[in-house]
Amino acid sequence: MSDVIIDVQNVSKAFGGVKANTDVSMQVRRGGITGLIGPNGSGKTTLFNSIVGYHPIDGGSIRFEGQEISRMKVQQIARLGLLRTFQQTRIYGAMNCVENMLISLPHRKMSLWDALKTNTREDYEKADQLLDFVGLYEKRYLMSGDLSFGQQKLLEFAMALMNEPTCLLLDEPTAGINPTLINGLIDRLKRANEEFGITLFVIEHNMRVIMNLAESIYCLAHGQMLAHGSPDDIQNNQDVIDAYLGAH
Amino acid sequence: MKQKKVILYTGALLLTLVLPFVMPDFRSQLATLWLMIIVALTWDMTGGQMGYNSLGNIFFYGTGMYVAAVVTIGMVYDVGEYTSAHGGGITNFTDEQYFTGMFVGIIAAGFFCSACALVIGWLTFGLRGPYFAIGTLGVAIAAGELVSNWDWIGGGQGISLPVFPGDLEIGKIYFYFMFAGTGVLLFIFLSWFYRTRFGAAINAIRDDEEKADAMGIHTLRYKLVTWSIAAFFVGVAGGITAFQLIHFEPLETAYQTINLGIFMVVCVLLGGKGTLWGPVIGAILFHLFKEVTWNYLLGWQWVALGALIIVTVVYFKDGVMGYLMHTRPEWFGIRVEQKAAREETT
Amino acid sequence: MDQILSNIGLLFQFPIVNLKIIIDGIMIGALFALAAYGLALVWGVMNVKNLAQGDFVIAGGYVAWWLTQQGFPPLLGVPAAFVIMAGIGWVAYKLVITRVIERDLFTSLLATFGMAIMMAQIMNLLFGSDTQSVDLGYDTLYLADGLIDIPIAKLIGVGMATVLAAGVILFMKNSRMGQAIRATAQDARAARVLGIDTEKVYAFTFSLNAAICGAAGAIIVMVWVIQPFYGITHSVRAFVIVTAAGLGNLPGVIAAGLGIGALEQYGGHIFGIGYQQAIAVMLLLLVLLIRLLQQLRHRQVLK
Repeated sequence: MSDVIIDVQNVSKAFGGVKANTDVSMQVRRGGITGLIGPNGSGKTTLFNSIVGYHPIDGGSIRFEGQEISRMKVQQIARLGLLRTFQQTRIYGAMNCVENMLISLPHRKMSLWDALKTNTREDYEKADQLLDFVGLYEKRYLMSGDLSFGQQKLLEFAMALMNEPTCLLLDEPTAGINPTLINGLIDRLKRANEEFGITLFVIEHNMRVIMNLAESIYCLAHGQMLAHGSPDDIQNNQDVIDAYLGAH
Repeated sequence: MKQKKVILYTGALLLTLVLPFVMPDFRSQLATLWLMIIVALTWDMTGGQMGYNSLGNIFFYGTGMYVAAVVTIGMVYDVGEYTSAHGGGITNFTDEQYFTGMFVGIIAAGFFCSACALVIGWLTFGLRGPYFAIGTLGVAIAAGELVSNWDWIGGGQGISLPVFPGDLEIGKIYFYFMFAGTGVLLFIFLSWFYRTRFGAAINAIRDDEEKADAMGIHTLRYKLVTWSIAAFFVGVAGGITAFQLIHFEPLETAYQTINLGIFMVVCVLLGGKGTLWGPVIGAILFHLFKEVTWNYLLGWQWVALGALIIVTVVYFKDGVMGYLMHTRPEWFGIRVEQKAAREETT
Repeated sequence: MDQILSNIGLLFQFPIVNLKIIIDGIMIGALFALAAYGLALVWGVMNVKNLAQGDFVIAGGYVAWWLTQQGFPPLLGVPAAFVIMAGIGWVAYKLVITRVIERDLFTSLLATFGMAIMMAQIMNLLFGSDTQSVDLGYDTLYLADGLIDIPIAKLIGVGMATVLAAGVILFMKNSRMGQAIRATAQDARAARVLGIDTEKVYAFTFSLNAAICGAAGAIIVMVWVIQPFYGITHSVRAFVIVTAAGLGNLPGVIAAGLGIGALEQYGGHIFGIGYQQAIAVMLLLLVLLIRLLQQLRHRQVLK
């Protein structure tokens, strides 16, 4: 098994005349936490969407565990164990938290026969455990649509963990979350990485979060890869500082 | 709670067994009621539980009728000669030929429709919402038109099947129990099916298919399996109807897009979409409404039907079950703490 | 099967037959494009997919037919159908459509399907189920040794359709209401913030749509036939055209309309007149599948 789990090579993507990504290359290391930052409009979400298969790319290659995925469809990619969360959280609002968790059982590992079974006691226990892990145990029988936005984000995170992914892509996990909850979330993300062995790839706008979380950070600006390095490198990189200041 | 359920289900089953003997004059109508329940329950599998509103499920009904007829006839005669002799007298079937033909024909109808659902679904499940509804409606209309131009199976004249051998009333009871048996079987199947992980997955597809895709659910596979199970039961129901009607033709009876094709949708909406009992209740209400009013409206019944559709859709979209869930949540095991908690947070 | 092959052979033996079919197709296709334009208008502005579209067409046809029966000059039927159907469209909007605009798309689809069933049945009860047409009493032009026949009535029909289309386009471009409609189509909320009464815009759009359909129907009754239950086929055609052309693409709608007209004539020639409805529906399925494949290439689905 190679050390690199997601390998993005020279990816370009344009919308009409607007070049959202030009010749972007990056790697996500297996078992680690990789971050992607960049000012607004720098092409972070475009790159993210290219990886998860939301739109076709114009050129380059994207590999997941050595397999080319740049021509696959969303569900095929998801079934490889590369899971994503949505920036505007998506949960099943008309169901309660436990039902949301049970739906998130890893269907990709099930045969049709397994799917035709009712949920086992272990499934329920696992759902309760993970809801406890993100701090939603008390609210588990509430309609998930009635939860606050921050709680919905936590629920979506718990659902992702329920799915036992190999690699989890998080699109701005702290956007719209109450600042007092952010530290708790960072802690949980780190624990998920350590305890469950899930590789994390996080897109973040918030510099403080990414510096505390990731061990390897890429910085995008104007659709191009500007810098790559450890949090310290990035923090002291003049180009990155300029890009962020220039954007403000 | 559990005890109440047992009483409810035993009562319903007893009623099913006893009704045709208590109300001998209404045997045909009761059989039709079961047909409505079957098509409503199957429509709800995709429409209510999976969020794919098909307007073309009638395709499976019509196809089921034709497959059952062709298989039954084909086991004894040459189908082309049989249909071209239309009424020319070669409708001699021995009892054994009749019943084996019926059994094989109806089963074949079910499986053929399942296969059709897989093919049509594979082609159309990329369509969402209204495109899927219109696309499936198109399939049903096209099938009716093509069959009515296909002389080998009788063309626009339709096709005749042998009459039930034996007493007329015995025949009515026989067909009643064919429909009722299929309906009860379907209901038991669904009450288990909706509780499985599979059932949860199709609910997820309904609520947010993009999310379901992103969670790695085999959306296409689940959609195909669900629709093909629905198609199996509709096909079987169509096959039974073919024998019950004896004679049928393509546009008005088999592929009756604007009659039964839309009735099943109205039944489900009336009773409550996405619930187990909703389609059953809706079918009973709709059938009662139809039987009571039909004879008094003198040609205006179709106008009344259109009006009923509009009123149901516009003013009573959640149906009886939706209304009850809203006003009596405790009947459905929706926890009161949950309701209280919800009021607390808002 | 032999019949079909010999029909195809005919097309190659006498190439001039192709010309006749295409001319026929384009003349009827112009009328399909009118109804499709109305559908695209309502679809784009209020996101309602109107399955009663074809029944508005047929109703317009019956208005013109009925007036002719009362002894009015046939050409008067077109403006009369325009006005009367505008009224019916307004009533339909106030009674039904206004209540389903904000709801999910299947609701509006089903509600308009209910309207379609009601309208077809009412027309059946009022006018009977026979096919009807209005004879304008004009001559027929013969070209190419009589192989191509062009009834003058059809030319008049195409002319009127063109005038109507041009009128509607000018209205949408230049009038205050036309601008308000276009603004609402782009962003209803922004339009509301800017003081446009969207409810009024919706009502106007829907009755304009019914009026366009009515006028198209009044022309159709002069150049072709109508029957109470032909509505659904016209609806299907309108859907085919709009799905093929996309919303807000007027040249596309016209091109697709003419193309569908020609394709249907070809289909009718090859397979026989009994397949007319089937051909219209098969074209719908074909267009849906092609659009689906296009979307698949973008890793998307057809929504």
